[in-house]
Amino acid sequence: MGKLKIASYWAAACGGCDVAILDIHEKIVDVANIADIVFWPVATDFKEKDVEGYPDGYIDVTLFHGAIRNSENEHYAQLLRRKSKVLVAFGSCSMMGGIPGLANFKSRDGILSRVYLESPSTQNREGVLPQTRVEVPEGELELPYFYEDVKTLADVVDVDYFMPGCPPAPHQIWAVLQVIASGNLPPKGAVVGASDKSLCDECPRVKTEKKVKKFYRPHEIIPDPEKCLLEQGIVCMGPVTRGGCGAQCTRANMPCRGCYGPLDGVVDQGAKFVSTLASIVDADTPEEAEEIIGKIVDPAGTFYRFGLPGSLLRRARNA
Amino acid sequence: MATADFEPRIIGFLCNWCSYAGADLAGVARLQYPPNVRIIRVMCSGRVDPQFVFKALAEGADGVLVAGCHPGDCHYADGNYKTMRRFHLMKKVLAQLGVEEERVRLEWISAAEANLFARIMQEFTEELRRLGPFKPGRKLAAGGEG
Amino acid sequence: MASGKAMDAVWGVEPTPTAIKLRRLFYSGAHFLHSHIAHFYALAAPDFVMGPDADPAVRNVLGVIGKVGLEIGGQVIKARAYAQQIQTMLGGKATHPSWMLPGGVSKGLTEEERKEIEEMAKFEVEFAKFTLKLFEDVVLKNRAYMDLILSDGYRLVTNYMGLVDENNRVDFYDGKVRVVDTEGKELYKYAPREYLDYVAEHVEPYSYLKYPYLKKLGWQGFVEGPGTSIYTAAPLGRLNAADGMKTPLAQEAYEKFYDTLGGKPVHNVLAAHWARVIELMQAAEELYELATDPEITSPDIRNIPTYTPKEGVAIIEAPRGTLTHHYITDENGIVQQANLIVGTTNNNAPISMAIKKAAMMVIKPGLEIDHGLLNIVEMAFRAYDPCLSCATHAILGEVPLTVNVYDAEGNLVKSLSRR
Ligand code: SF4
Ligand code: SF4
Ligand code: SF4
Ligand code: FES
Repeated sequence: MGKLKIASYWAAACGGCDVAILDIHEKIVDVANIADIVFWPVATDFKEKDVEGYPDGYIDVTLFHGAIRNSENEHYAQLLRRKSKVLVAFGSCSMMGGIPGLANFKSRDGILSRVYLESPSTQNREGVLPQTRVEVPEGELELPYFYEDVKTLADVVDVDYFMPGCPPAPHQIWAVLQVIASGNLPPKGAVVGASDKSLCDECPRVKTEKKVKKFYRPHEIIPDPEKCLLEQGIVCMGPVTRGGCGAQCTRANMPCRGCYGPLDGVVDQGAKFVSTLASIVDADTPEEAEEIIGKIVDPAGTFYRFGLPGSLLRRARNA
Repeated sequence: MATADFEPRIIGFLCNWCSYAGADLAGVARLQYPPNVRIIRVMCSGRVDPQFVFKALAEGADGVLVAGCHPGDCHYADGNYKTMRRFHLMKKVLAQLGVEEERVRLEWISAAEANLFARIMQEFTEELRRLGPFKPGRKLAAGGEG
Repeated sequence: MASGKAMDAVWGVEPTPTAIKLRRLFYSGAHFLHSHIAHFYALAAPDFVMGPDADPAVRNVLGVIGKVGLEIGGQVIKARAYAQQIQTMLGGKATHPSWMLPGGVSKGLTEEERKEIEEMAKFEVEFAKFTLKLFEDVVLKNRAYMDLILSDGYRLVTNYMGLVDENNRVDFYDGKVRVVDTEGKELYKYAPREYLDYVAEHVEPYSYLKYPYLKKLGWQGFVEGPGTSIYTAAPLGRLNAADGMKTPLAQEAYEKFYDTLGGKPVHNVLAAHWARVIELMQAAEELYELATDPEITSPDIRNIPTYTPKEGVAIIEAPRGTLTHHYITDENGIVQQANLIVGTTNNNAPISMAIKKAAMMVIKPGLEIDHGLLNIVEMAFRAYDPCLSCATHAILGEVPLTVNVYDAEGNLVKSLSRR
């Protein structure tokens, strides 16, 4: 078999996924030995024209990160889908909408107006808004169209594998690259680079009985470094989050925020977490329960931090 | 938005031991109530995973009713207390996701309360008629509050 | 880091001294190292080491490693890996660590970890020295490159901005924002909460990215030269806006920089790469300093906030420029309104202008326009930043850059596209 051809692309991304790929460190040289990088905007100089020139299916694997925020993102998703044998939704943004997906709480008009008209540092008396086509003396300039909703990669093209994480943990990236190189690909649609158990399963903290009288936000309490954070009243999404990252956040004394997404069989991570949290509330009366739960401010923003566009009730719809 | 001929679709998750029996009795007694509800029998209201409610709404329900035994009467001791706590948090989340508060109800209906069941269905249907069809994706802050 | 500092401000809470040192170690030390190493070796070095008109297939970081040799390549990877390891040690993960809290950080350092970091920091200092020397050998001693750096096409006269400490030295984590004019004279020095008096953003219909400028001077369009309201941030902006560096070896390099390039301020766009390497030196030295600070392992890493949150502004220097975060929150500290002016955004106008100038330099009548020339245009872009995606959704290396060349009558002679 010849060298693999791999590509990586960022759509509505922060660049952190690219950084995570670089974070396989010295193994990047091993990757260069088994694979040719045929498109990777952050590190190589190939352009869209080059990709368009490739025959369909020419690229063995494309790691696509970032959500679909505008028409250009979607254009690249389609182009790379066509040119790739295997397309991986890489990182939380691509898989579930990620942090950019939190924008789906707001409307397109609201966002544009806030950014270009109302923000306190903006001086825009004429009310100029970015336009998809603008005539300037030198010709016509184009901009991508900014969508009403942030979408996941799978909302716009057929995706072969999903790799969670914001960003995916480097050791998992390396593991997945090795699987790709071996050619032993898992069944289509699989979540790769993660475990099929919950994060709690790999979290080193001591778990006893979960009964909570009071919830705290992370800045309000200095937690016991050994004990389960959720048992200490800190909202930790570990129980409803797929493991695989190595419990990076709970090891740093902070709760899991759910970036590895839902477990198999869970259709909505946030709704699932509602029942988990409610079941540990230790209240005798409805009033007390209400008070305890009242301490959880912004539950939707917390439970869907990485997955609003992929959620049941906020999925981008074309209707 | 609301139209006179709009017939809301309601999904009712009713616990086997009390509320389902109550609804059944309403049927047997030929009580008049709007035919908008599709009933799903569950063993206990505590069995209603919030995902069921979300899914119902996502797939076309205009309103969801969760009904169980009166506090203290749950067949499984504290299933309905669990439901209550969950319900409270769930409503907060739903509100942030743009679901009007009135679309999701929790009621305690015993096996004998056929009249209560009929009255609740009547009220609920009217309320949803007023609200109009549920459209997922409604955004709370339209402009400028971002 | 900026959002975390803005949260200190929102909650009106001062982090403990150790928390501040840890944040600096993480940020001014390790984070800057990782980012500057990546930018210099992955984005800048390909142009200088491989040559601006090398084949795109090798004009990348792997090509550089091939040319300088695997051993040196290995050192580059190791230096960056250490920086990432240090961030992971503290924040759980190197990218998007969940570690900052209003009033401090969630996890401190053990003595063992500190020792490990000290060893890594020693290596980083040596590596920074090596990188400075590499820059001198490959670039400064090469007449052709020096001519390129000093050429008019890569010269843009603007004001400059950067964060400085109380002695006006470059500081990445904290301090006041200092702005100097095109002659290098101080125009303003402001505290983060005053930013709205000094900076404003202009909107153009053809860009999702806004164009910041100096508010008191007003938007005058894309003009350079004395009196312009356009300013440049990031490494060149920081060095020009300061009176010096915080650490001795970086200071030495700083002096050499201005001696070689003819005094302050330096308006040569490509000099940003050199400035970046000087900052790399400061980051390495600061990392070492903090790693050997006796207070760094103290367990006193958190102050619990007691005020009701309301509003706060914080400014740090991101590797790519002055980064302002401004939040207005409800009484729970949930953000109701946010305003961010991120690193690269500051440089939006200078980038546009620098690209235009470089294009005008290389595109001349009768000259065949090829992709090597086009890369020279792109180099003006790369001097600034790989991070446009944060600020908008344009893509570097994938800059949908189209150069249309018109003759004097306005007829399209040639259209070259880098899409
Ligand atoms: S998943 Fe996280 S790291 Fe990756 S692009 Fe999205 S925000 Fe960045
Ligand atoms: S701290 Fe979080 S991840 Fe760890 S056991 Fe507790 S709930 Fe699970
Ligand atoms: S602990 Fe949770 S939030 Fe942190 S990296 Fe792992 S899955 Fe993501
Ligand atoms: S059995 Fe009716 S609520 Fe539990």
